[in-house]
Amino acid sequence: MTDIMTPRILWIHGGRLIDPSQDYDAPGDILLEDGAVLAAGDPAEVAAQAQSKKSAGAHIEEIILPAEMCVAPGLIDAHTHLREPGFEIKETVHSGAKAAARGGYTTICSMPNTAPVTDSRGVVAQILAAAQTAAIRVLPIGAITRGQEGSQLTEMFELAEAGVIAFSDDGKPVRSGSMMSMALHYALPLNVPIINHCEDPDIVGGGVMNSGPAAVRLGLKGWPSSGEVIMLMRDLELVRGIGARYHAAHLSAAGSVDAVRRAKDAGLRVTAEVTPHHLLLTDEWVEGHASGLLAEYAQQARTPQFNTNAKVNPPLRSVKDTEATLQGLLDGVIDIVATDHAPHGVTDKYCSFDEAAFGISGIETSLSMLLTLAQLRNIPLKTIIAAAATKPAEVFQLARHTRRPIGTLRAGAAADVVIFDPNERYTVLAEDFLSLGKNTPLDGTQLLGKVKMTIYAGSVVWEDTYFNRRPQ
Amino acid sequence: MAANTAIRHLLDVDEWSLNDIQRLLDMADSLRGWSDPNSLRSLLRDTVVVTLFYENSTRTRVSFELAAKALGADVVNISASASSVTKGETIRDTVNTLDALGADIIVMRHEHSGAPNTAARWSNSSIINAGDGWRAHPSQALLDLLTLRSIFGSAAGKKIVIAGDIIHSRVARSNIYALTTAGAEVILCGPPTMLPQTFAAAYPGRNVSVTYSIDEALANADAVMALRIQKERMTGGALPSLREYRQFFGLTAERMKAYPHLPILHPGPMNEGVEIDPEVAHGAQSYVERQVANGPLVRMAILLWAARKDDAFLNMAPQTRQIGRH
Repeated sequence: MTDIMTPRILWIHGGRLIDPSQDYDAPGDILLEDGAVLAAGDPAEVAAQAQSKKSAGAHIEEIILPAEMCVAPGLIDAHTHLREPGFEIKETVHSGAKAAARGGYTTICSMPNTAPVTDSRGVVAQILAAAQTAAIRVLPIGAITRGQEGSQLTEMFELAEAGVIAFSDDGKPVRSGSMMSMALHYALPLNVPIINHCEDPDIVGGGVMNSGPAAVRLGLKGWPSSGEVIMLMRDLELVRGIGARYHAAHLSAAGSVDAVRRAKDAGLRVTAEVTPHHLLLTDEWVEGHASGLLAEYAQQARTPQFNTNAKVNPPLRSVKDTEATLQGLLDGVIDIVATDHAPHGVTDKYCSFDEAAFGISGIETSLSMLLTLAQLRNIPLKTIIAAAATKPAEVFQLARHTRRPIGTLRAGAAADVVIFDPNERYTVLAEDFLSLGKNTPLDGTQLLGKVKMTIYAGSVVWEDTYFNRRPQ
Repeated sequence: MAANTAIRHLLDVDEWSLNDIQRLLDMADSLRGWSDPNSLRSLLRDTVVVTLFYENSTRTRVSFELAAKALGADVVNISASASSVTKGETIRDTVNTLDALGADIIVMRHEHSGAPNTAARWSNSSIINAGDGWRAHPSQALLDLLTLRSIFGSAAGKKIVIAGDIIHSRVARSNIYALTTAGAEVILCGPPTMLPQTFAAAYPGRNVSVTYSIDEALANADAVMALRIQKERMTGGALPSLREYRQFFGLTAERMKAYPHLPILHPGPMNEGVEIDPEVAHGAQSYVERQVANGPLVRMAILLWAARKDDAFLNMAPQTRQIGRH
């Protein structure tokens, strides 16, 4: 029985602790108290602290993990579509937050393509109000232009004050170079990144899938990677002149990785993200052929020809592109992994490929995809956690927006923790998603690595397995 | 309603074997000049065939309708402009409604590639693709192959040139599968804006090549198929002018003088004076009318196959069957 005055402490004990911010990957314990990390690291040291707390009369709840179970900072998604307000049939702040918790995320950044668009203090306040009672932390991203229409800047100073962490017109890229230049200039004193979804509409036209042999066979209009690279290069040149902070969303093409590499070499303040699906899936998934890194895992996948659940923007690309983006991630050219979680209703996907909405509901499978990738390519788990938790916090300087630091398990950080089993193999079932969007191309695919528990601000918000506990 | 895998859909011929194709063309051949048309009318009696056309068509639709009627089926024609499609109904709801109303076979044309696949996922009727977007037109490819077979006895080893706006052509795509399965070599020809080099690599294991010279292509060809050039392609930038297309890619009377016996096919409708000159289109080496006449025969065979009446038909009059010449 705990007294309300007695400090409650959670001691996670016996697992493998991975904290890239402290370059730690070894057996490790963690002690959480009052929504903060009290101590994390060497099991003996943490045990000693736990004992001293105990003797001081603290109530300690202990979670005992098998040794192979991994404990890491809660994941941070810099690119989530929550659909509220406006499209609550696809997702709400609450349903998206629950889905994210199941995916191991404790912080998600919501994109502004809501209705009305997140381009005013009022809409930001509405999202933050809903976030108050959500399972995890939600940080909004504001629009660059009013209504994402590309013709008039939003009131960025006020939006920043209201709590947006960055600006983006997301699915409607800023078409005009002069408008992008204005946005980069105007946001300079705010010191938050301008995010662009790079898609040159003159080149992409009505393209619906990657230009290549699969599009040729299917008779679908191509969306060539040059459409991404050209707008990215435009933006990078603007950034060079202005010295602004710029973040490139969901890069999909080999050419984009080269462009960002050159920009970073030149010292520009540029960061970039890639999604799990652009790392692991290819355009042939649209054709019903699960090629690429997951081929062996996808033998039972439900991937029909003209798979609208594999329709995403930017589109899934060639093996050459997936390899280049992976190399970019490993080299640090691409800083972070973001999900671009884009839930849709069935009517948006049960139609012809041309009519179908772009987007993959990906937040519940993201970490599993990355863990599968880690096993396939011998990537250290520290690299994965850095890309999905530590670096997103750094890129968006999220500590400015939260009470305590996140993306780290240093003492004093927020008590946001994910526990996962890197070896558990399971089959993805779209119908089981907590997200209202069941639109995943991975339905029936096996993945290696599963989230077992998510803790947000010291409370368990997702539990897949009941671990041993003391006291019972 | 979940899709039933026992239903025979014809979405494309990409997965059809040589035997499948030959058997169907043999059926079409035996239907040619059938001595007792009345005997065919029992085959699809009580079968409801719906033609569901989201896009305009003359020959394909009429040809399917004639085929269905010759086999005694009840035929209902629906065009999208006169249906609830204009009220925003989804493909899934439309096919479920037609199923519930008793359709057995839905012959479907749609402007979007893959729309028949979407229909087939939700339909308990057979979906017959009568052309979808840029992607497939299997009954046209089968009748083209039937026409070539009637000229050569067999298409095996023949070099067939397909010339025109390849990237936007469902006829070209289905013919690539049908012709190469039949053992022919396919040479694609057209300006690069209508025929990206990617085509050469898109069909591994199939004998497909790309050329940008119609004269080179014709020099080695056994037959040539011209495709319609749509006038709106010029505004999209794919062509500077129809004049230049005719001059460098068209089957002009001048150009064809060098190949007076080369069989010429065209799926129609033709833009005479663009991809083909009128005197060539209607000249001695043109097989265009033969193609049109083969249409209902191939479509009868397709409907019999879809309704699982192919065995019944083949048993009806084996003595009149022409054994396929391949």
